[in-house]
Amino acid sequence: MPRQIPLKEKLTSENDRLAAQIREQLQQHEIFALNFVSSPGSGKTSLLEKTIAALGNSLEIGLIAGDVQTENDAERLTRAGGRMVRPIVTGGACHLDAKMITRVLSEFNLETLDLLFIENVGNLVCPSSFDLGEDMKVVLISTTEGDDKPLKYPGMFRRSSVMVVNKIDLLGTSDFDLERVKKHARQINADLDILELSCRTGDGLDTWLQWLQRRVRKNRPIVA
Amino acid sequence: MTQILIPGCSIPSAMSLFQRKDVMHELAIAQSIITAVDGEVARQSLPPVTRIVVRVGALSDIVPDALVFNFEAITQDTQFAQTKLVIEEVDVKAHCKACGHKFAIENLFFLCPKCDSGQVEVTQGEELHIAYLEVDDFN
Repeated sequence: MPRQIPLKEKLTSENDRLAAQIREQLQQHEIFALNFVSSPGSGKTSLLEKTIAALGNSLEIGLIAGDVQTENDAERLTRAGGRMVRPIVTGGACHLDAKMITRVLSEFNLETLDLLFIENVGNLVCPSSFDLGEDMKVVLISTTEGDDKPLKYPGMFRRSSVMVVNKIDLLGTSDFDLERVKKHARQINADLDILELSCRTGDGLDTWLQWLQRRVRKNRPIVA
Repeated sequence: MTQILIPGCSIPSAMSLFQRKDVMHELAIAQSIITAVDGEVARQSLPPVTRIVVRVGALSDIVPDALVFNFEAITQDTQFAQTKLVIEEVDVKAHCKACGHKFAIENLFFLCPKCDSGQVEVTQGEELHIAYLEVDDFN
């Protein structure tokens, strides 16, 4: 006779365990960490370049740049003034995972760091499933993409706290409907903060930088 | 070493699979299932386990087929080789905190269909746990 044995065992993956450790470590050091996700070409690296240029003198910013191949993004961030940039070349994997972050995190001086930016692999699917121990995910979408991205990749928009719409200088040159994107994104995630900007012209960057500065935890005077 | 192809995310190579247990959720979860069941079998001195029933919510990011595939791959030649992994999929349901309406979430639309509020609380669909085991008592 078959007999049933109840076993209320919650299952967590190794990734979630490591991510929880990273989160605890970052919180202990009062570091605000963001995980940047988007399709390839939405402007993750450009936004980080602009951010380093604007805040790099007053804040200590650590950068982890994930790519499938090449360290091109990491090199761009270093050229933009990033003092602490570490590349992760995944060698084919389509996302970063917590183990990769644990490995490079030991190379940062967490005592001095204010912000940690993780640039994920350009992909709107898998990165949403892998917690990296960040405070928030920032999803980028640009006006040269299809405006149905939130509907096609709801998981990513659901798990992100902020949506940055980049390349607003190109609005009107394609069929991208900004209001439709915002409406759909909010249907999936009513709490989503939405920021609109152009890394090329600098429009809207101030709002982004202010948003970011409000979240810095270490008590440090902001140098203009 | 036996080469196993795992469906799901891109994997650099099957060779590196066992050094990179973190790459796929499903593989890591399959291992957690075995660890938990193995512990319970030892603790209660259970007879052979015929079925393991796992509840997987639609928001858990677990692909049921991939989980079964991984489970079968890593239980070959173990005491669980004959054990069937049964997945009970759980739909997403929610309740609106503004108007109290209870509804099913489709296509990850988290707005209340009645009052359009975004203040929506997910009541099921995030599950990822073992529900129960089935063992065969021969007496």
